[in-house]
Amino acid sequence: MRDIRLLDQMFLPGMLIGPFTQANPGLGGVCTFVGEVRYDEGVEALELTHYEPLTLPGMHALADRAFERFTLMGLLMVHRVGQMRPGEPIVCVSAAALHRRDAIDAVDFCMDHLKSAAWFWKREKRGGEWHWIEPREQDHSDLARWQS
Amino acid sequence: MLGKLADLAQAATIDLPLPMSKPLDWEGLKAALPSALAEALDDPRIRVAINGALLPNKTKLQAGAGDEIALLPPVSGG
Repeated sequence: MRDIRLLDQMFLPGMLIGPFTQANPGLGGVCTFVGEVRYDEGVEALELTHYEPLTLPGMHALADRAFERFTLMGLLMVHRVGQMRPGEPIVCVSAAALHRRDAIDAVDFCMDHLKSAAWFWKREKRGGEWHWIEPREQDHSDLARWQS
Repeated sequence: MLGKLADLAQAATIDLPLPMSKPLDWEGLKAALPSALAEALDDPRIRVAINGALLPNKTKLQAGAGDEIALLPPVSGG
């Protein structure tokens, strides 16, 4: 079961994870990560922009790599675009597998790549003004973990 | 233009009138764009796509009438 989506409206991860788990009968384990907009000091809103021809195809290519690299039964990868407020879910990745290590590692792999290599541009609103968020060195070291 | 490049351009998209006689190349593109944006484009981290396909080398750009050129700054992740 493979479900890769971009959403422009708020979503409830629990509404996705239940059906996803049900859709993979016989699984041995399911691992889910949900990322939310942090309550950082002074942040009023976060906005993610994407580029339609690249962003969703890039997420599908990432899912392909996860299926090649790990022994998975299913993968759910849902990412928000548009404006969000602190506390709103921004990303949900869930992997179902016969064995826990594949599920846990697949989620970790997808999250590291979504955070640092997916086609999203992020800006945050502080004091009524928007500020673009630049890539961080940590993102590159997160990716380097998987280059073996 | 994506991300902060849209701010430099003061627009998300720009229509460029093209001479039909020859394709638009990298120098031609920069000459046709607002100077603040054109100056930013040589940053090696900025990638370019034509009609949704990433160019391996943006300086070899060849675009024709109707093509969509995307200027992509480094991503800030998910």
